Amino acid sequence: MAKNKSHIVLKTQDLTIGYTSKKAKTVIASNINIELHKGALVGLIGANGIGKSTLLRTLTSVQRKLGGNITINNTALENYSNINLAKVLSLVLTESLGSKNLTVFELVALGRQPYTNWVGNLTKKDFQVINQSLLQTNIDDLKHKKCYELSDGQLQKVMIARALAQDTDLIILDEPTTHLDMYHKAYILKLLQKLAKETNKTILFSSHEIDLAIQLCDNLIVMTKDSVITDQPCNLIEKGTFNNLFPQDLIIFDNNTGSFRVKK
Amino acid sequence: MPYTKTYRLSFIILILVLLLCFCINISLGSVLIPFKDIFNGLIGQPTEHTSWQHIIHEYRLPKAFTAIIVGSGLGISGLLMQTLFRNPLAGPFVLGITSGSSLGVALVIMGASIFGGTLAGILTSKWSIVIAASLGSFIVLLVVLIMSNKVRDTMAILIIGLMFGSITTATVSVLSFFSSAEELQQYIFWGFGSIGNLTWHELFILFLIYAIGIVLSLVSIKTLNTLLLGENYAKSLGLNVKASRLLIIVATSLLAGTITAFAGPIVFIGLAIPHMTRQIFNTSNHKILLPAVFLFGAIIMLICDTIAQLPSSDLTLPINAITSLIGAPVIIWLLVRKRKMIF
Repeated sequence: MAKNKSHIVLKTQDLTIGYTSKKAKTVIASNINIELHKGALVGLIGANGIGKSTLLRTLTSVQRKLGGNITINNTALENYSNINLAKVLSLVLTESLGSKNLTVFELVALGRQPYTNWVGNLTKKDFQVINQSLLQTNIDDLKHKKCYELSDGQLQKVMIARALAQDTDLIILDEPTTHLDMYHKAYILKLLQKLAKETNKTILFSSHEIDLAIQLCDNLIVMTKDSVITDQPCNLIEKGTFNNLFPQDLIIFDNNTGSFRVKK
Repeated sequence: MPYTKTYRLSFIILILVLLLCFCINISLGSVLIPFKDIFNGLIGQPTEHTSWQHIIHEYRLPKAFTAIIVGSGLGISGLLMQTLFRNPLAGPFVLGITSGSSLGVALVIMGASIFGGTLAGILTSKWSIVIAASLGSFIVLLVVLIMSNKVRDTMAILIIGLMFGSITTATVSVLSFFSSAEELQQYIFWGFGSIGNLTWHELFILFLIYAIGIVLSLVSIKTLNTLLLGENYAKSLGLNVKASRLLIIVATSLLAGTITAFAGPIVFIGLAIPHMTRQIFNTSNHKILLPAVFLFGAIIMLICDTIAQLPSSDLTLPINAITSLIGAPVIIWLLVRKRKMIF
């Protein structure tokens, strides 16, 4: 058991998330118990407005939790300094870049910021990690291009490479497949699966591509109105969890195909 | 290495151009001094007329150094603002920093008589103008900073800056309505901008504060590069966003504030030089941009000052008019030629 425990990268215990305004607390979800293991690809799914973003923002210390515990590598999240957190957790966000006038290489190199000196000079090891990240995400041929020349799919790969270069145990991506066509959605998620296996990093992403997530993820976190459930995709299908994901007047989940279809 | 693409040659050329502009700047002026005597004057050899020695040492040299400080300082403060607010229109002038200085100076020059006779003598000394301008710019920056914490929208911050400009103009109108002709004239001359009447002593003070601002900017290079990703990414890379923002704003207000205090509100340089540099160097990496902006700012300011002196004539044009007349067409030309704004 003790050995097993060390393999847990992210863990939450009775976590409550939501917002605090001046007077009231708005609880969005509570009793969240998640364990993310090393090298696992984990999808976070749920309807719009159910609190996926709030959960990710809380896990990444952007927003404060309302109760419970979050630990990364057995250390409480609040005990991490900014710089130490940057060495265990990297992000891919939905927001657009501040400047696209950087080359792909420069952008990926920014992932090394937590390790570089005061002026940001790259060492031999930094170059090695950056080049490896470029190779792992199949964008080595793009490295001299400027970011404004890239397609959405290419840019997403670059952002993933940047997160890889940050060399963290845990990578969290917020809806990495939005704006992408069907092929690139599958491509990005397949890439994440490959990266989780090859690099033994834990990758957590939120997505609306439930059918793809079911096929590719090791574990799924399903957020519904009443509860947050974590399990392997096939177990979740058996339990019928996906039926409660959305209001049932329009679409229903087909257990045989593992996907949703429109009610006739 | 792609990341460390060398700009060495460009920098060597720029440094040579800077030296050339420096030499031309001190060679030309209302009094024609042959180049041989300029050289002699610089290395301390006797010149043909002793007055030339005086002109070179007490007038042209400090003016050339002031031009370098003003050009590079304003250029860098503009670069800091543009990256921090991720807005190509940002600059010390647009954000109201210069307006703050103007208001401070207007209060001192024109408000002196309103405040009463005993204060007037103390208030209108040169140092009080410097202090008033610095205070004014710092207060406006502080307010902009507090507002930028409250409103997330960058455009809103720019509009707040413009509103400060309006408030300044209005306050100055009110003040000028009540002030005498001489006071008004003094204020208007300050507003033209001038880099020609600094003594070595004043230049030293200006340089000291400028140096602090430059050091803070150098320390911020890594931060500025991280901020190119946006604030949330910057935070995820371990950056303390609030502390870095404060550092950048303090650096800007030290640079823009003191330069405005000593040389008047010199417009345009702060906005245009960073754009010019980005267009020519085609990079957003601040390790390259910051020194390049420094050199470009100094060069452009030296050229503008040389033209403003109207060589071989007794006239001196307001430096503010020249910076815009020379600089604006250059920027327009660069943008049209590349058909794309690099930011």
